[in-house]
Amino acid sequence: MNNSYSETENNSLPLDIKDIPVLRYPDFFDQVTLLLKNPANHCVNYYAAATTGAVKYFCCIADDIDKKIRILAHESDNNEQILMSLTPECPSMHIFEREIFENFGVEFRDHPWLKPVRYPQNRPDRSRVMDNYPFYEIESEELHEVGVGPVHAGVIEPGHFRFICNGEKVLHLEIQLGYQHRGIERLFQDLNSSLQRCILSESIAGDSSVAHGLAHSQLIESLAGPDVGETLQIERCIGLELERIAVHIGDTAALCGDVAYQLGQVTCEALRTVVINTMQFWCGNRFGKGLIRPGGTNYPLNDTIAEEILKNLDNIGRRFDRITSMIYSLPSVLARFEDIGTVTKQQALSTGAVGMTARTCGVLRDIRSTHPFQYYKYYPVSPAILDAGDVLARGKIRSLEVRESIRIVHDLIDQWRRTNREIGKPVYDYNLRPDSYAVSLIEGWRGEICHSAATDASGKIMHYKVKDPSLHNWMALALAVRDQEISDFPVCNKSFNLSYCGNDL
Amino acid sequence: MAGFFLILITAFFFPGIILRIKSLASGRRGPGVFQPVKDIRVLLRKGSVFSNTTGLIFQIAPAIGLAGILCAALVIPFADQKAIISFQGDFVFFSYLLALGKFFSIISALDTGSSFEGMGANREALFSMLAEPAFFVLLATFAMLTGFTSFSDIFNHFYFSGNHYVLIYSIIGVYLFIQIAMIENSRLPVDDPKTHLELTMIHEVMILDNSGFDKALIHIGSYLKFAIYGALLYNVIVPSGWSIFLQASLFLAVQLIFAVIIGFAESFRARNKMNKNPKFILTLTVIALIAFMIILILTEKFI
Repeated sequence: MNNSYSETENNSLPLDIKDIPVLRYPDFFDQVTLLLKNPANHCVNYYAAATTGAVKYFCCIADDIDKKIRILAHESDNNEQILMSLTPECPSMHIFEREIFENFGVEFRDHPWLKPVRYPQNRPDRSRVMDNYPFYEIESEELHEVGVGPVHAGVIEPGHFRFICNGEKVLHLEIQLGYQHRGIERLFQDLNSSLQRCILSESIAGDSSVAHGLAHSQLIESLAGPDVGETLQIERCIGLELERIAVHIGDTAALCGDVAYQLGQVTCEALRTVVINTMQFWCGNRFGKGLIRPGGTNYPLNDTIAEEILKNLDNIGRRFDRITSMIYSLPSVLARFEDIGTVTKQQALSTGAVGMTARTCGVLRDIRSTHPFQYYKYYPVSPAILDAGDVLARGKIRSLEVRESIRIVHDLIDQWRRTNREIGKPVYDYNLRPDSYAVSLIEGWRGEICHSAATDASGKIMHYKVKDPSLHNWMALALAVRDQEISDFPVCNKSFNLSYCGNDL
Repeated sequence: MAGFFLILITAFFFPGIILRIKSLASGRRGPGVFQPVKDIRVLLRKGSVFSNTTGLIFQIAPAIGLAGILCAALVIPFADQKAIISFQGDFVFFSYLLALGKFFSIISALDTGSSFEGMGANREALFSMLAEPAFFVLLATFAMLTGFTSFSDIFNHFYFSGNHYVLIYSIIGVYLFIQIAMIENSRLPVDDPKTHLELTMIHEVMILDNSGFDKALIHIGSYLKFAIYGALLYNVIVPSGWSIFLQASLFLAVQLIFAVIIGFAESFRARNKMNKNPKFILTLTVIALIAFMIILILTEKFI
């Protein structure tokens, strides 16, 4: 069976696309289910892409033990419109199959919930619109439906949430997204300028611009083949950790805001501002836009900036420790967080939850340690794991990760001081290796980000695929609010803090 | 008469002081004390927008609510003066004037046909219903202590009933009035007036559809309610019979302290989980009942 897939590693050389064996669907099906039966494996991306006259399916399965990424492929002509669904065997594949259904109209037999993820302009079935989508319904005199959104009262992105409630209790939540679809993947393919593609990657999800920017640059470097220097790798990791610190502190503020704990909210908001201002001091943008570019950077770290980062982080670390120990020991806050919105380990595994959400349910999903990239290859990270799976766990893991990230940045800056500090300018005219396929995995603050691309014979990007961690985790949110009070939904939602635009692309 | 005007005056400052205290407690400068009043001026100049699904009830409810609250303010005595409206059993009248406004606000929320507002109306009805016994048991305790059943007589004789334990009742009375005021005015820990999350709101979600002039009426009503409860607190704390100027300045001092207490209380805690609210409110009734039992025993009316 060894010739049924190709093996690669994260942040390494690309594969020759011709080397990836193309399986018949039954073999593909068997092989994928066989691989996913192994608990060390999880699917990082499964999608279909149009090639000349056919549709090609790629499934990337990451092995957390031997750090390999296995790539399986299947090709079908356009007539093949009905396939056996993988979802009954491996529930975490449901969202990928829904996306393939959305893009190519492929019917997956036995899929329990074949609903398009979004409604793009170029969808195969134009009669299918958001307005006539049949939401899940339960017929009963006692139950009532509450629809929230797509336009919300707060400054948040659009999304529609349909609750079925029995009084105050939520029986079922259906989440309808797709209002933010911008055609990101198609744009990657169509844009000719490498710089434009970089900027586009930073706009996939505004709160993860460093992570998505890095995933893109890493993919381009992988396809072009150069090895970036140690100094640049360290600086990228520092950028990534700063983003994690800033967002985690901001989320803690928002969690306090949702339960009307004013002191926690305003303190954390103030601390977050210091972190993003440090980022601005470094690269001129508070969200780190422009920091990550392929091959080099416009904003190399220097001693002044390194000192500023260390000074601010020490200050923030101390103050954040103090406020979080207050927040998580205040009875009125604990009453709102504890045992609210619990996701079980089983649910986390079957929804394919990634990142923080998985780590609060006792599932180790951290690309930094399982498929290390950039400087994490030489700097092992030990991720925090909690097992309660409730809002409190998702709050606490943020404070643990902030503390850990501050320590990592300290160590990385120490390492950086020992390097030769040779950093080039960004390279925008790489010649990508023709007929190649590459995968790039990054652990953003929200979870694993996967970018993958294939080039054609002339080295032009043939297809580009982005997967944001939110894609999996929205389902975990829908499960978490079952049997909870509807008034606890906002705080559950905030504890996941998922991306709407990352999901909608 | 003086009491009624003092209530009107404090209603001007009250919300601004709470806002200012909350800002200061969070390390910000915050808006001026008169900002809420300025906002009301802006709202009063605007027209109201009515949705197609609403009817007459939605349009008259804010006015009825404000009228009820203004009438209720007439029942509150000040110093040794009798209230403008005063008769035996007027505290029941007072309570149901406020309840009338609330009733109309609930049915006007249902009138909009929005699932959010229905949810809010349902919560508001439940929590007000649970808060009512605490208020009545407390007032019954006062009535038994003094032997009168109108606000004016109760408060005039409160400290002169010859009962040595009166301080205990005034402390319990102050505590309960503050808590009931917080519930009735939809403040922490039962409700959060600042939130933008419709699903967690109680009172705010019921007035989502109200705009312009009507919204101003609702806001004025809630400011007045604060001042009314503050006036009740003042009556419990300050014995009547001192000079009118001393009484007036004490009145303002009590109101100020009341607002400061609310501001601080809201700054350093989180709000309740929704299903903990009934328990929280019932506890108040229990405290009132315990006070009632104690007085039965102390005045030897029991057994």
